[in-house]
Amino acid sequence: MTEEKDKQFGEVLESLKDVPGPVMMAMQKAQEIYGYLPIEVQLRIADYFGVPLATVYGIATFYSQFRLEQPGQIKIAVCLGTACYVKGSGGVIEKFGRMLGVEPGHTTPDGRFTLEATRCIGCCGLAPVLTVNGEVYGKVTEDSVDEIMAKYNNA
Amino acid sequence: MKNINLTVNGVPVTVPEGTRILDAAIKAGFKVPTLCYMKDLCNESSCRVCVVEIKGNRKLMTACSTVVSEGMEVLTNTPKVRASRKITLELMLSNHHKECLSCVRSGNCELQTLANEYGCDAEKYEGAMNSYDVDDATEYLVRDNNKCILCRRCVAACNKVQTVGVIDAGNRGFATRIASPFEKDLGGVPCVACGQCINVCPTGALREKDSIKAVEKLLADPEKTVIVGTAPSVRAALGEEFGYPIGTDTEGRMVAALKAIGFDKVFDVDMAADMTIMEEGTEFISRLNDKNAVLPMITSCSAGWVRFIEFNYPELLPHLSTCKSPQQMFGAIMKTYYAKKIGVAPENIAVVTVMPCIAKKFEKLRDDECAAGAGIPDIDESITTRELARMIKNYGINFNALDPKTEFDNPIGKGSTAGLIFGATGGVMEAALRTVAETVTGETLENIDFKATRGTKGIKEATITLAGKQINICVASGLANARKIMDDIKAGKSKYHFIEIMACPGGCVNGGGQPIVSSEKRNLVDVAKTRAGVLYKKDKKDALRKSHDNPVVNTLYGDYFEKPNSHVAHKTLHTSYVKRNRY
Repeated sequence: MTEEKDKQFGEVLESLKDVPGPVMMAMQKAQEIYGYLPIEVQLRIADYFGVPLATVYGIATFYSQFRLEQPGQIKIAVCLGTACYVKGSGGVIEKFGRMLGVEPGHTTPDGRFTLEATRCIGCCGLAPVLTVNGEVYGKVTEDSVDEIMAKYNNA
Repeated sequence: MKNINLTVNGVPVTVPEGTRILDAAIKAGFKVPTLCYMKDLCNESSCRVCVVEIKGNRKLMTACSTVVSEGMEVLTNTPKVRASRKITLELMLSNHHKECLSCVRSGNCELQTLANEYGCDAEKYEGAMNSYDVDDATEYLVRDNNKCILCRRCVAACNKVQTVGVIDAGNRGFATRIASPFEKDLGGVPCVACGQCINVCPTGALREKDSIKAVEKLLADPEKTVIVGTAPSVRAALGEEFGYPIGTDTEGRMVAALKAIGFDKVFDVDMAADMTIMEEGTEFISRLNDKNAVLPMITSCSAGWVRFIEFNYPELLPHLSTCKSPQQMFGAIMKTYYAKKIGVAPENIAVVTVMPCIAKKFEKLRDDECAAGAGIPDIDESITTRELARMIKNYGINFNALDPKTEFDNPIGKGSTAGLIFGATGGVMEAALRTVAETVTGETLENIDFKATRGTKGIKEATITLAGKQINICVASGLANARKIMDDIKAGKSKYHFIEIMACPGGCVNGGGQPIVSSEKRNLVDVAKTRAGVLYKKDKKDALRKSHDNPVVNTLYGDYFEKPNSHVAHKTLHTSYVKRNRY
């Protein structure tokens, strides 16, 4: 499985050989292939394009869409866009954080849940809104956090 | 090239097209403060303290990056400019751990200096402050991001000049900080301990790991005979810490200060450099005469360089001379030959070195650097030129009043000036050639100045004829240059026989343990070249200019080491290397 991904990524690197400013493109492709950017993959990018690993890592931490941890099986994304935030999504994400024991942007040690803060996902009428593996939950409250967690914990 | 005419504060000045305002202002005789900009290194335009007014421009412009144009009227010191700089500095101070009373950089901190000059109120802006753990995981380097102003000079030194590449800016906005990949501490990344980042840091965010306390403990131990040895380039820079201009030779005062501090013996590591030449020169000749030997041979004096090749080109380690560095040879000689000579057990001898280098703090801990036996390191402690200056101040010694003619202790204190020029890039090569040429030909050279090896150019090469053989030599300093040489060897394209590599640009005179020179001074002085001038000036007028003519060297071989590359010399003065994993 990983070998296949490594091979696929090798082809991506090859295709970017003569492209100007290839590092970030390689990083985006890598994340598509691996789901995140582990140190081995970042090092491969760094060595391939002759840039320091520290620079690749700097880019990876500058842009919030790059992930450094393997994403969990269940991705909970809480919208912190203006409308949702005003309607209390800050409290919702905090509650998820407390229940899962992780900060937004991180994955639980068992690899099951990833908690994420997102920008506006375009359905402000349902604010505050969140998605679980793409499934949309609208008008959520701190109480609905328990219900959602119960549903996925039993699943 | 086209010339551009402009005025700076009303003073007309003509500069080549493409010149930046900063250089035009310097040429016109004005000073513009910089915190991120540093000549030939960093031009990030991130600090905003170099802003100037340009007539007809609504906005202030950064002098470090704005290119001059015809008829431009630049004003570097208007009330608007001064007010802007002051606010910028006060905002920096609002998120700066102001430990100025105890900070190692107090007195030569560029931020502190400017804050004073601009009359800043350090407490003007209250607000959020970052708080970072201090990274002191290594034996040589301390990073304190609480004092970092994000100028990125260290990043340029690490990534551009040295291509070591273990730090860069990460995160964004207020959370931006200089970090190693995956939040590793400096012990977990392939940092080579060159210390060039320290030399360019405007504040106290980077410093060497202080070994002064450990040295004082040795000095206080009545059981120990404490010997100190000084590297060639320390004397060429130490004076700067006491107000002497760059390029002042303070050898005598340095020796006097070390005696005043209380070291039992003060010796010159130049003597061990002479031994390095004997061992390395002999090794080179035997490699040259052996068809199966690995060539080119590369010098191994620079501890940062050795670490660099171990991390980045481990497959090329057989190219490295097996000679220990002069520091390690110095310690090894003290704890074997000299211990026996003075009748003291090696365990009761402590060897301290003063080095222009922080990698030496790492080098002394390497494996295979215990000539007198397991558990007896060749070197006990190594301090930088800066640490020695701090000790001198702390001990209340009036440096200026010390006798400038004070000499190293005898009988084995003295080195030749071939050993002395080790401190500058090309010096090891020149010293080696002096000895190798005479050894191979058996004749005395009339001219022993190998000028092609001199100067601060990053890569120098020459072809010399030795007993009818053409020898291609190369001298590289700065690890970006070293990388080019190594890539050529790796690709099978190298035509050289003998290569000298120093980790620091310009060699040890510009080492990571040397006195720190502000960006303002660096605009006006070529630091490495001026310090190297001290060494070459001395070499020019000294009578003892060849390692193999040094009577100390002859005594050491006569009494103990038999001949260069003998069994006992190998056991004592040579070492081995290891492959290191980068991550």
